[in-house]
Order: sequence, then C-alpha cells, then structure tokens
Amino acid sequence: MTVEGIFTGIAAYLRGFLAGAPPWVVTLAMGVLYLIGVLAFIFLNALYLIYLERKISAYMQQRIGPNRLGPHGLLQSVADAVKLLGKEDIIPRGADRWVFIIAPILIFIPATMLYAVIPFGKGMVPADLNIGVFYFLAVASTTTIAILMGGWGSNNKYALLGSMRCVAQMVSYEIPLTFSILGVIMLAGSLQTSQIVAAQGKVWYILLQPLAFIIYFVAATAEVNRAPFDLVEGEQEIIAGPYIEYTGMRYALFYLSEYANLVSVSALAVTLFLGGWQGPWLPSWLWFLIKVYIMIFIFMWVRWTFPRIRIDHLLSFNWKVLLPLSLANILVTGVGIKIYQLLTLGRW
Amino acid sequence: MAAAAENLRTEEIQLNMGPQHPSTHGVYRALLTLDGEKVVGVENIIGYLHRGIEKLAEDRTYTQVIPYTDRLDYLAGMLNNLGYVQTVEKLMGIEVPERAEYLRVIMAELSRLASHMVMVASMALDLSGWTAWFPPFRERERILDLFEMACGSRLTVSYMRIGGVAADIPPGFLPALESFLNDLPRMIAEMNGLITGNEIFIARCQGVGKIDLETALAYGITGPNLRACGLPFDLRKARPYGIYDRFEFDIPTLNNGDSYDRFVIRLLEMEQSARIIRQAMDQLPEGPVQAKVPRVIKLPRGEVYHQIEGAKGILGFYLVSDGGSKPYRLHIHSPSFVNLGALPRISIGGTVQDFVVNIASIDIVLGEVDR
Repeated sequence: MTVEGIFTGIAAYLRGFLAGAPPWVVTLAMGVLYLIGVLAFIFLNALYLIYLERKISAYMQQRIGPNRLGPHGLLQSVADAVKLLGKEDIIPRGADRWVFIIAPILIFIPATMLYAVIPFGKGMVPADLNIGVFYFLAVASTTTIAILMGGWGSNNKYALLGSMRCVAQMVSYEIPLTFSILGVIMLAGSLQTSQIVAAQGKVWYILLQPLAFIIYFVAATAEVNRAPFDLVEGEQEIIAGPYIEYTGMRYALFYLSEYANLVSVSALAVTLFLGGWQGPWLPSWLWFLIKVYIMIFIFMWVRWTFPRIRIDHLLSFNWKVLLPLSLANILVTGVGIKIYQLLTLGRW
Repeated sequence: MAAAAENLRTEEIQLNMGPQHPSTHGVYRALLTLDGEKVVGVENIIGYLHRGIEKLAEDRTYTQVIPYTDRLDYLAGMLNNLGYVQTVEKLMGIEVPERAEYLRVIMAELSRLASHMVMVASMALDLSGWTAWFPPFRERERILDLFEMACGSRLTVSYMRIGGVAADIPPGFLPALESFLNDLPRMIAEMNGLITGNEIFIARCQGVGKIDLETALAYGITGPNLRACGLPFDLRKARPYGIYDRFEFDIPTLNNGDSYDRFVIRLLEMEQSARIIRQAMDQLPEGPVQAKVPRVIKLPRGEVYHQIEGAKGILGFYLVSDGGSKPYRLHIHSPSFVNLGALPRISIGGTVQDFVVNIASIDIVLGEVDR
C-alpha cells in the first residue's frame, strides 16, 4: 500500500472484509465509517485550528500565544475542550427551551454534511454526488436557520440583534457566492466536485477565474462569519450575539461548527479554484490538505488585520459591488467560452 | 402584499448596554432605544464607580488626598496628581524647586502619552482591530516602567507632593526615557499603517459622531475632543501653569469633529508631548526636588480654583479651606464627565456599531466620571 493510496486502500480492505454481506449492509457500514472519518477530521481540525489561530494571531501581535500545556502549548485546545465539557449547562429561564436546545445541534449537522462532497484526494469523495456543488451550497445555507433559532430562542436582545444581522448578511452573501461559483461550473461543465477537480488537470481555475476567486473569498468570509464580516458575533457591540446565552458543550458546538465551516469553505475553494488534490510528487490527499491550510491561513491573516465593517456598509458592498461584479464575471465567462469554442472548434 | 405591510408593526426596543459590557470602557451604562440597528435614544446612566472621593477628601490631610487623585483618571495618574498639588500650592503660595517643576512636566506628558495610547488602542479594538491594540500597549508598558523607576508604582503613582515630587529620578531613568522617545515615532507609524489608513476604519469613523464647534462649546467639551472640532484651545498655551510657558510646541487641530478626527488628533498630540519631554530633558537642572514645607500642612482660610490640561480635557480642582489641616470642600471638574454629556447628542441617528465607536472616540474614564 503506497502513501498515496493509504486511505483508499483502507476503504477497499474494509469493503473486502464485508464482501459476503448484503449490499445495503456494505453501503451502511461504509457510510458510518466515512462519517466517523469526517467527524474525526472535523474535531481534530477544530481543536488545532483554534490553536493555530491563537498562535498565528500571537505572532502577528508580538505575543507568544499558548505555550504552557504540552510542547509549545499543543494540548491547550484539548484542555479547553475538556473544560467546556465540564461546564454547567445553563438554559435561561426566559428561553424558548426546545429552540434553544436544538439550535446548536442543527448548526453542527449541516457543518458535518458539507464534507460529504469534498474530494479529499484521488478517489476520496465520501459521496460523489453529481450535484455536489449545488448540494454544498444548499446545505451551507441552512446554517442561517440554526443561528436565527439560537438567537431567537435565547430571549436576549443582543442575541436577537445578532441573529437578525446573521439573516441579513448570510442571505445576501449567498448570492454572489453562488454566482462566483457559477463561472467555474460553466468552465467545468459539471456540478460534480470530482469532475471539477479533474477538469483542472491543465490549468487551475484561479487563473481563468481570478475575479470569481476574489468574490468567492470575500463572500465565503462573510458566509462563515469571520472578520471583517463577523457582525453576527460582534464581540464589541453585541457580545457574541446569538451565542451569548450558551454555555458548556452547546457553546462548544457553535464554536466547532464555525471552524468546521471554515475548513469546508476553504476546501471548496481549493476544489473549485486551486486544482483540488492535484499536484506533483506528494500524495494527493497531502496536496489537498496543504492547499486547504494555505487558504485557512489567509482567512486568519485577514481576520487579524482588518477592523469590523458596519452592517449597512456590509450590505451595500454586497448588493452594489459584489453582485454586479459576479454577474459581469458570468457574462465575460460565457462570452469567453463561446469565443474559445469558435477558435478551437470553428463553431459556436 | 399591501395588506401584509399594513399589518406589519415595528417596535422600538430598549437595550441596556452596560454596566457589564466590553465596550463601555468601565462600568458605564447606556440605555439605548433601538429601531432595528438604529439608535434613536441614548440615556447616560452613571454612578457605578462612585467612591465619594470628594467627600473622602474632607476627612484626609492635604497630603493624604494625593493617592485619591490617582484613582480619578487612572490612566493618567500623574496629571491628576499635578492638578491637585498645584491647586494646594496656589492657595499656600509655595515656590516649587526648578528640578521638581521639570520632573513634573516630564511625568505629566508621559501620563498624557499613556492615556492617549490607551485611547487609540482601545478605539482600534472596539472596531475589532485586534492587532492594533498591541503597538500602543507595548510602548505604554515602557512608560509604566519609567513610572515604576521613578516612584515604585505603575498606575496609581502618587508621585507629586505638595511643594515638589516624592523622589528624584534614579540614574537609569533618562537613558530609558530617551530610548522610549526614539521608539515612539515607530509606534505612531505602525498605527498609521495598520489603522488610520485602513479603508474599513475610515468608512466606519469618518462622519460618525460628528459634532460641530458651537455645539461642542455649548456642551463644554474640552481637550482633544474640542481640538478635533477645530478650536486650538489648550490650557498649556492659553493659560500656562507650572513652567509650560517655557516650551515650544504646537496645538494640532482638525476640522471635522468626527470620530476619525478624534482618533487622529491623539496621534498628533503624542508627537507634541514627545517634543515637550525632549525639551524638558535638555533643560533639566540639578537641585532639590522638594520645597521646604511644614510637616503639618495647613492652608490659609480661603478658596481656590485651579485647572490644568488633563489628558481628556480641562481638569479642575476647586478647593475650600477653613484654615485647618484638611480640605473643607474639594470639588473636581472632570473632563470625562463633561465630554460624556455630549455622547447622546452625537450618537442618535447612528447604529449600535457607531455608538461603540463614539464611546471609544470621546475617550471616557469612569473613575473620573463618577469620582
């Protein structure tokens, strides 16, 4: 078994192990295993991205960052997670009990579901749907509902303000996000993530669609509520917004899904624009991870550099700048494709 | 659709911002009336940090009042010390030794620098510019180290004494001060690069919390907030106290009177404070640092009002003496209290986010507001 095929090899071995069982058992068992794999990926990432975020911000701010627990403070996030598990679980008296309880679960489920269509490496898509990108966007947009539920259910004015901001922001930014992806889909001619990666064998789409990449990056930052678009949390104004009343594990679930979403939008960016898992010498999954972490680093870099934007600027920037730009991008892409076809094939 | 719109009803909500809130800069509470994100009403609610310093002073000797003044504007302890001891000296009519006067100027300007640094850092932070918090605080740390060298305390300094200062500076003080002053322009450049020129920062601050000169004067706003409206009024120049008439410095002014100008004026004033400190260092004479004062200080019967240019505006002390060893009445005119009065006026019509910017830009310290 080569390094390249380490994960696909394990999957093939397990399939062989279950060879005698009925097909639905195999599908179910493999589905559960994929889920466990994805969950492990999310948890590990969330833990160490928090650590990474703290370290990166520390070095940007002439600090050292966590360095006490474990070598270079590597166990700090683990300790924090354990601490959060031990915290008292408070449900405010005035809260809408069920909405309050369900919200953190509802936000975590789509965050996990997004990973189904991410091509982690060659032949490593948990569920290679033929409408993969569409599925991703559809599932990602349900996050809004969960945050609104959390904010509404908390029965807190700051939470309400935060969740209203969330709806305004996420619903607006989904549109340029989708439109920016549309350019890539037009070039690839497919919504299937594995096909889009395969289509970038010769040239990465970031070179053909630079504007779309920038729009995607901005809209994705807003979509995952990271600075300078972290209005939903708005720590200095509305003090963590919808999460204000949450404690312990419920709070941790919000936090976890925030980082899970960060990884998934970075992974989608890599898939759509940066050639996915393709790259020389190294195994494909390693290439994928390297590109994802570069994207995440850029997200963090932006976060620790820019101040927060104001809500009305945020919306007008979206509707007056990003949306027209993304529409223009689609137009230019369409015309470009036609001209290319005319030149190479001699017909429209 | 039309019917639905008629049935839609919007309601204003009341939001208690503070006293426990990360952006109220202490235990200040604002009762905001909100229409969505828009602020339509602001009510200042203060008093959470009231310690009765003015009343406490009536039961302390004149020297014992000095530590209480540290706790007024705790970001600029030296300036409060200076204002108080000069008030007492004015009524007593003592001459302060030359060296003590120069040390007072150095310390007072360092305090002003420290206070302005906290202001620019926390304003950047209130706009979520986390990284910009650090350069000013890094340099402020060095100011506090200098204070520690001179008097053993970093924040609540109690360095000034009636008739002089508590102690002469130690040998390493002036070189450390010199190296701090040399590094100051770098910090200001860092802030300009990171925050002042940032598109988002400009968009969020320019035109926000705008106050014109006439309104500012009507509210009694003083200090950097007034100079950001365009009036070059600074007590250090207008009515020099101590030895301020011996120094050469400019009064920077800006014209818009918005949050952005209030931010930038602090950076400009830092440069001027550094200029004053440099001149004071060059002219610093040798000699005693404490005038001869009686062991038990008794003030002649009478009253006196003295004001200095504090870090946040005009800081005044009104002192009544009945001839005994304790103040009969002490009243403190604190700039933060006066400046805070204009906050509702400049905040109405903006968003909640603008309100946070406005609090940060008028630069209040609750220790001084509540006294």
